[in-house]
Amino acid sequence: MNLYGVKAIYLSEMARMMRTRLQSIASPVISTSLYFIVFGAAIGTRMTEVDGVSYGAFIIPGLIMLMLLNESISNASFGIYMPRFTGTIYEVLSAPVSPVEIVVGYVGAAATKSVLLGLLVLLTARLFVDYEIQHPVWMLGFLILTAVTFSLFGFIIGVWADGFEKLQIIPLMIVTPLAFLGGSFYSITMLPPFWQTVTLFNPVVYLISGFRWSFYGAADVHIGVSVGMTLVFLTLCTTAVWWIFRTGYRIKP
Amino acid sequence: MIVGGSVDSIIVVDNLTKTYETGFRALKGVSLSIRRGEIFALLGPNGAGKTTMISIICGLVNASSGRVLVDGYDNVREYRKARSRIGLVPQELTNNMFDSVWATVRLSRGLFGKPRNDALLEQILRDLSLWDKRNERIMALSGGMKRRVLIAKALAHEPEVLFLDEPTAGVDVELRRDMWNMVRRLQERGVTIILTTHYIEEAEEMADRIGVIRQGELILTEDKDTLMQQLGTRQLTLQLQQPLEAVPEALAGYPLTLGEQGHALVYTFDAKAEQSGIAELLKRIDQLGIEVRDLHSSQSSLEDIFVGLVHSRKQADEATAGEVV
Repeated sequence: MNLYGVKAIYLSEMARMMRTRLQSIASPVISTSLYFIVFGAAIGTRMTEVDGVSYGAFIIPGLIMLMLLNESISNASFGIYMPRFTGTIYEVLSAPVSPVEIVVGYVGAAATKSVLLGLLVLLTARLFVDYEIQHPVWMLGFLILTAVTFSLFGFIIGVWADGFEKLQIIPLMIVTPLAFLGGSFYSITMLPPFWQTVTLFNPVVYLISGFRWSFYGAADVHIGVSVGMTLVFLTLCTTAVWWIFRTGYRIKP
Repeated sequence: MIVGGSVDSIIVVDNLTKTYETGFRALKGVSLSIRRGEIFALLGPNGAGKTTMISIICGLVNASSGRVLVDGYDNVREYRKARSRIGLVPQELTNNMFDSVWATVRLSRGLFGKPRNDALLEQILRDLSLWDKRNERIMALSGGMKRRVLIAKALAHEPEVLFLDEPTAGVDVELRRDMWNMVRRLQERGVTIILTTHYIEEAEEMADRIGVIRQGELILTEDKDTLMQQLGTRQLTLQLQQPLEAVPEALAGYPLTLGEQGHALVYTFDAKAEQSGIAELLKRIDQLGIEVRDLHSSQSSLEDIFVGLVHSRKQADEATAGEVV
């Protein structure tokens, strides 16, 4: 095990975040705070409670999840895409680091950033909305699990993308719509029965539902199903990354 | 060919082939053995397979077949041991532009599994005249400085073998001199150096041995001194009035060859010998009634040998291809 190698990749990636703190920290915190101000503090007071929770508090888990998915994907995809794009990946490939160590370094750094951002947004939300966290350990567990899973997903996108457009297209065209329609702003029980069934095909529903359960103890789907589905995504992403290194796909001709 | 891991071989390349997905065959069975502590220059035209070979040895590209041993370790199965012995300076200026010089050399050392050693990194940066620039972002450095940074990164983990892929392409004379001096200092410390280059003079100046690669095949590996002995030969070319079909029997005792479809007689002789034998030869030719239109003599350079090799193999290939058709 090349621990110095893992540490070198991890610290170098973390340094990149600190170098671009306006973009990687301030920007997601500000944009998520805007949602809290508009939907939580301003409009939220005029809306009825959902599942016994004030609307402003209800949307917090969903909004954090939305930010977490986007940040995990963009951090991790950028982290591996840029060395491919500039050619500096030669050094990682020529170094005595194993695929697992490479992934732990890159994905670990991306996931760390996302979890820190998630906690930062949670603290910021307190300025605008009152909320409670019934199961803080589960909350943290979901935060970490989702951050790792979607950082892996971002890593896959960063390896797959052969241009900046492709790098953006999946977060913009797929992840954001899925998060918006996955119950960030509403409980899926508020939908007509047909659309409730359709929504269950949206994987993000399970993430948001589970995360919201850790806050308020109420969920759209059973907590066990949420945890199970999150682990399924984690397994799928891990398998894809394993395949990438096994075949050298777009990394090693 | 030279195969097999003799005791003093630090790198053994055995029957290496590479066919890219496009179908391009970059390497067609290359075997090569690099001796510990030598400076080996790999010469070849663009697209000959130099970079592909280096990339396979360093782990950037998967070989289609064949194998590579680095200090006795298989570079696929025992990649950690193999790679930790190698430093690579790539051809392109591939730096993380936003990193500082110091951060990037520290990253390199860590990647190769070595604990922090600021004193060593300082020494490397000082040797490469980069110490004053250690806190600058790489993007702010000149092209020559960026190349020095790549060298510093490659040396940060104290490699036993250093690959320099066209280190002096687009580099000014001063930096080239600096680099050559650095390479010599490294060799004195026991580091094996493999460099690829287009510049014959670089190989001539630096290398202990020279390999020539063309179209994915290694067509020559030779001690530089042996090659230089060939440099000591001169050639006298006699342009003939009437073409000859063969070298006349009466001249069989001379090292003569026919050229230009029989229009030229080429006489090869040792420039350092006391008697060149030219006067005697010309007398015999006159006696035989062969009319000479013009004559000139020349000395072959490494470049001639190189071009000649590359060219003659090409002709041979074309002839073979013609027979098949």
